[in-house]
Formats: sequence, structure tokens, C-alpha cells
Amino acid sequence: MTPVQGVDLAFWYILGISVVLLFGITAVMVYFVVRFRRSRHPVASDIRDNYKLEILWTIIPTLIALSMFYVGWHSYLGLRAVPDDAMNVAVEAQMFSWLFIYENDKESENELVVPVGRAVKLNVSSVDVLHSLFIAAFRIKVDAIKGIPTYAWFYADKVGEYDIQCTEYCGVNHSAMVAKLRIVPQEEFEAWLAEDGN
Amino acid sequence: MTAIPSFFTQSSPPGLTGIKAWLLTHDHKRLGLMYLYAVLFWFVVAMVIGLLIRTELMSQGRTIMGPGMYNSLFTLHGVIMIFLFVIPAIPAIFGNFFLPIQLGTDDVFFPRLNLFSWYLFMFGGIFALVALFTGDGFPDTGWTFYVPFSVQSSSNVGLTVSAAFILGMSSMLTGLNFVTTFHRMRDKRMGLMQIPLFTWSLYATAWVQILATPVISITFVLVVMERLLSIGLFDPARGGDPILYQHLFWMYSHPAVYIMILPGMGVVSEIIPVFSRKSIFGYKAIVWSSMGIAIAGSLVWAHHMYTSGMSDVSVFVFSLLTFLVAIPSAVKVFSWVATMYKGSIEMTPPLLLSLIFIYLFSVGGLTGLVLGAVGTDIHVHDTHFVVAHFHFVMFGGTGFAFLAALHYWWPKMFGIMYPFRPAYIGAVLTAVGFLFHYVPMLILGLQGMPRRYYDYLPQYETGNFLAGFGGYLLCIGLVVMFVNLLASLRHRVAAPADPWGATTLEWRVPSPPPVHNFVDKPEIMDFPYDFRQVGDNSASQRS
Ligand SMILES: [Cu+2]
Ligand SMILES: [Cu+2]
Repeated sequence: MTPVQGVDLAFWYILGISVVLLFGITAVMVYFVVRFRRSRHPVASDIRDNYKLEILWTIIPTLIALSMFYVGWHSYLGLRAVPDDAMNVAVEAQMFSWLFIYENDKESENELVVPVGRAVKLNVSSVDVLHSLFIAAFRIKVDAIKGIPTYAWFYADKVGEYDIQCTEYCGVNHSAMVAKLRIVPQEEFEAWLAEDGN
Repeated sequence: MTAIPSFFTQSSPPGLTGIKAWLLTHDHKRLGLMYLYAVLFWFVVAMVIGLLIRTELMSQGRTIMGPGMYNSLFTLHGVIMIFLFVIPAIPAIFGNFFLPIQLGTDDVFFPRLNLFSWYLFMFGGIFALVALFTGDGFPDTGWTFYVPFSVQSSSNVGLTVSAAFILGMSSMLTGLNFVTTFHRMRDKRMGLMQIPLFTWSLYATAWVQILATPVISITFVLVVMERLLSIGLFDPARGGDPILYQHLFWMYSHPAVYIMILPGMGVVSEIIPVFSRKSIFGYKAIVWSSMGIAIAGSLVWAHHMYTSGMSDVSVFVFSLLTFLVAIPSAVKVFSWVATMYKGSIEMTPPLLLSLIFIYLFSVGGLTGLVLGAVGTDIHVHDTHFVVAHFHFVMFGGTGFAFLAALHYWWPKMFGIMYPFRPAYIGAVLTAVGFLFHYVPMLILGLQGMPRRYYDYLPQYETGNFLAGFGGYLLCIGLVVMFVNLLASLRHRVAAPADPWGATTLEWRVPSPPPVHNFVDKPEIMDFPYDFRQVGDNSASQRS
């Protein structure tokens, strides 16, 4: 299972249970309001508590919550465990653009190009204020901080173009701090890497 | 009973007249109303700003304003809504007015301090206004004031965080007054398990206000010192740590979420039993969950920081604790719904608003699970999903509880009834508009649209356009509700002492109450939600 599938599974698990719970609570609530309306049910019963029920509805949600925690944590581990053969790219965030620096010192602004079929590790930092690197298609996000290195990784499994956005508010052109991720065939990548940088 | 003058005509301290009777009052009820007017003013301002923001986002590129303006406006919207509306709304207005009465006493423990808190609140607001119109204009940092941006920004950050500092002081003093009143002024015959749940929720809130607010005050002082003296506390180049700021900020601001929601839960815990004419289900569980939320809620702050670069161990611990703090809230929701089982339910505007609260708050709570779980949070952190989530909690939750409280206690505060039909129409419009406004944002967030974005990628345009429409509908609904209440002040229909058939002490005194609240010593019930004695006279009294 790829990290993306792991995260999506966690989404389905948590959102699925949530929808069921929400539907249940709402349906019961509406049913009570209609069934026990004053015109139909003029005298209320005097029920004040029911310890068995209360213990039950404390324990079951606790178990559900713990299972959600586990699923969420497990999917996070996938986002953190970088494969050994990953290709390293340094990412420098600045107001208001992204700089990608390859191992051969090639620099590329606002365009991250990687070969298909490789794991890519992004070593992220900032030259000024906080930014955050977000690639929605690969479910990764990590803050860029001046002086404190962070990282994220993804498996470039399909050729295509994907959006990179800054998600930590960083000033007037924050929303313009977007870049492209291009996943290309190996030969095309090598040719691109050999070109002169900007 | 009609011979006793209400607090509107008699001043405390005695002998004051005209505007002085308000501006120098020690009466918790007058102060409650003075907060009501100020808070509503700020609410309307921030609502209009919110609408401007969403209008800007309805189409790609520039719609009605530039990015600098936009960034200031979302900061302003956040600062006003948090510090001048959501935090003070229920405690300062309804807490001030009703906590002493529910405890069977004539005022809060420190009436002069109470007046002083109101002045601090007004000064804080004025400071924010000054920050708006002087220097380089209102900050564009977001209400979170993250460093290093907030230290470098040339805008009026210093003045604005000072405003928040003063408002924090006001909130702390109100909390202090509630805790002391709870312990020292309560009717001697009223035991802990005889206290109404609204007052219990304010008590739990008050402790958080007293203990957590100093953290944000200190943090804001540090920001001002950094700006003036550049000490380097948050600068790694000089041995500082930028993540430290986030810890300090959220150490207050997550508990502040409970300062905002607990009183709303208290309101709903009052309203559901009254209109079900049936005891609240699981009174003790609700009391304990309020205290549990107050304590456990103080230990989960770093769930806002999974992507911040803090250690994976911290991420693990804070995610686990976050899931545990969800349980007491779930228990409350179940208790409210169970209260209606075999009740005798009468539909009224406050009940309808409370039911909407339960629904929207549940959505808020459940979407919170997505954010508490680490892997999923990484994807939706700082996106529109988060924006929608906390509006479900703060607006769908606290906002609707505020509206419910306003419709529930309006007859008591002003001694008049209001027409129900416009209130229903307004409530339904607001709720429908709310869903059209925020559900598209949940989806936009899942698709990856970040928050605090002046402009966005083309794939997000449809969602933003739809959300804008919902926003307008939502505002129309609110206007209908407010106009209905205001109109009731002109065409006065006198309210009886107990229009709803309620049991807590505020309904045992005249509407509006006299200056010392109680005419005779009140009778204290063994259990505050014993509805067996309530006859079916309420409906006839009202019509
Ligand atoms: Cu940025
Ligand atoms: Cu939080």
C-alpha cells in the first residue's frame, strides 16, 4: 500500500463512521421531536439517568476513537518512512516562490521535475518566514522553517502534472506561491536535469 | 408583584439616573445588557467583513479588493469574532445576567470589578479600532500572529496584540467573578448537585479563562518585545525557536476553544429539558464532562502543529490525547438527545435553534476527528476543511447557542415576548445558508484548497462561488431574526415571569427582574430539573 492509499483509507474509515454516527444522531433526534410532541404525548416520563446506558455510550465511542487514532497514526508512519533509494531534492521556500535544488546543483524555480517510478525525498527549509509545502495529490504537507530542516517524501508513480501550494500564510502574495510538480519518463528527466539551470 | 420596580427603573448603586445609571452601574443585569449591545455591534462588523471576504472569493482573480486588503480583512474578521464576539458572547452577556440569579443571589461577588471588566472590554475594542486607522494599517498576519512573520510585518501588530491583551484581561476578570460568586454567593441551601447546568458550564469555563489566558497575554508581550527589542527568542539563528511561539499560542488558543463552546453547551442543557418538560438526562455526567473537557482540553494544544516540524513523539501523544477529549463532548450530545425520549416536546424558537446546534455541532465534532488523526490531518491542515470545521463548531455551535440563548432569555431580560413565526423563518434560513456556505468549504479543503488564499487555482472556483451564495442566505436569516427581536421592543407584549414552564431560579422572579433579583427568599429545589410540579399553564400564560 502506498502512503497515499494509506491516508485515503484513513479518510474513508473516519468519514464513513462519522457519516453513520451523524445520520444516527439526527434521525433519533428528529424521531423523538415528532413522536413525543406535546399534542401527542402530553405527559412526560420522569427519567433522569440510566447508568448502564451511560457507561455503554462512553466506552463504545472511546473504542471507536482509539481505532481512528490508530488508523490515522498508521497512515502517518507511511508518510514519514522514506525508502532508502529515494532521490533527494532540496526545497527552499521564500516570499513568494519555491526553489528546487538537485544533487547536481541544478536549481529550478516553481517547477519540480522528477522521474516516474522513483521515491522522492524533499528536504525543506525557508530563507525567510514560515511557509508550508503542500502537494495535495500525494497527501503531503510540511512547514518550511528558517534554521530548522524538515522533510516529506512521495512515490512518483504516475506521469503527469500536479499542483504545489504554500499552506502557511506568509504575506501579501501567499496565494500566488504555487508551483508545478511534473513527473516525467526517466529519459526526459535526465535530459531536463542536464540542461542549464536558470 | 407588579408593584416592584424592575432593574431598568431602579439603579444600583441607588440614586443614579440617566446615562450614569448605566455607565457607573454595579448591577450584573445592566452590565449583561451593556455587553449585549457592544458584542452585537462587533458581531455585525465582523459578519459584514466575512461577507466581503467570501464575495472576493466568489470568482478567480480580483473581484472587489486587492490582496493586501483581503489579508487585513481576514485577520480583522478572526480577531473580532474570537476576542470580541465568541469568547465574551455567552459568559459576559447571559452569564453576567443569569449566573447570580441561578445561584439564588443578588449580584456577583465583585460588582465593581465586573464594571471594570466591561470598561476593559470597551478599551480593547477601541484599541483594535485605533490599530485599524493609524500607522501602517491593520495587521495582515492572521489572528494567529505566527512568528517570524508577525515580528517582521510593518503593520500595526503591536497595537493589535495589545488590544487582545486587554480583552484577555477582561475575560479573566469575568472568570474570576464567576468562580468567586459560585463559591461565596450561592444560596446556602443549594448543594453542588443542585446547581443548574448553565452555571456549571460557566464555572468550568471560568477556570479555563483564569488559568489559560495569562499564557496568551505573556505570548503577546513577547511578540511586542521581539518587535521593539529583537531579542531573538523565536529566531533559530540566535538560539531561539520559532515553534516555541506556536506552542505558547496554542497552549491558550486550544483551551480557548472550550471557553467558546462550553457556555453554549450549558445553554442547550437548559433549553432541551424545559421544552421537553423532562429532566435533563444524566445530569452528573454532564457536570463531569464539563469539568473533564476543561481539564483534558488543556492538554491537547499541539494538535494544531502536526506539520510544524515538531517531533513524531509529540505528534503521537497529542493525537492520542485529542481523541480522548472527544469523548465528553459525545457524551453530552447523547444526553441531550436522550433527554427528549418520552418527553412532552413543545416546539419554540429556542428549541429549534438548540436542535440545529446539536446537528451542526455534531458535524463540527466529527470533522474534528479527521483533524485529530495524524495522517488525514496532514492533508487537510491549513486548508478550507479546517475553516469549515471550526465554523461548524464556533458558529454552528456557539453562534447558534448564542441565538438560542437570546430567544430563550429575551422575555426575562426585557419582559416582552416576540412573534415566533419570523424567528422560525430566520432560524431555518440561517441554518440552510450555513450548510450551503460551509459544506462546499469542507469539500474544497479535501480537494486541497488552502485557507487564507486571496486567489486560487481554477479547479476551486465552483466551490467558492457556491459558498458565497450560502453566505448571503445565512446573513439574510440572521437579519430576519435580529429584526424580529428588535421589533418586539416597539410593539411590546408583556412576558409573564415564567413563559416557558421552566424550573431554574431566573424564572421564579419577575420579568424583567427587580434590582436585587429576588422579592422573597427563593425556594431551592432538591433537583434543578424536576418538572413534575410544572403545570400546563405556560402556553395559556403566553397567549
Ligand atoms: Cu509561503
Ligand atoms: Cu485545538
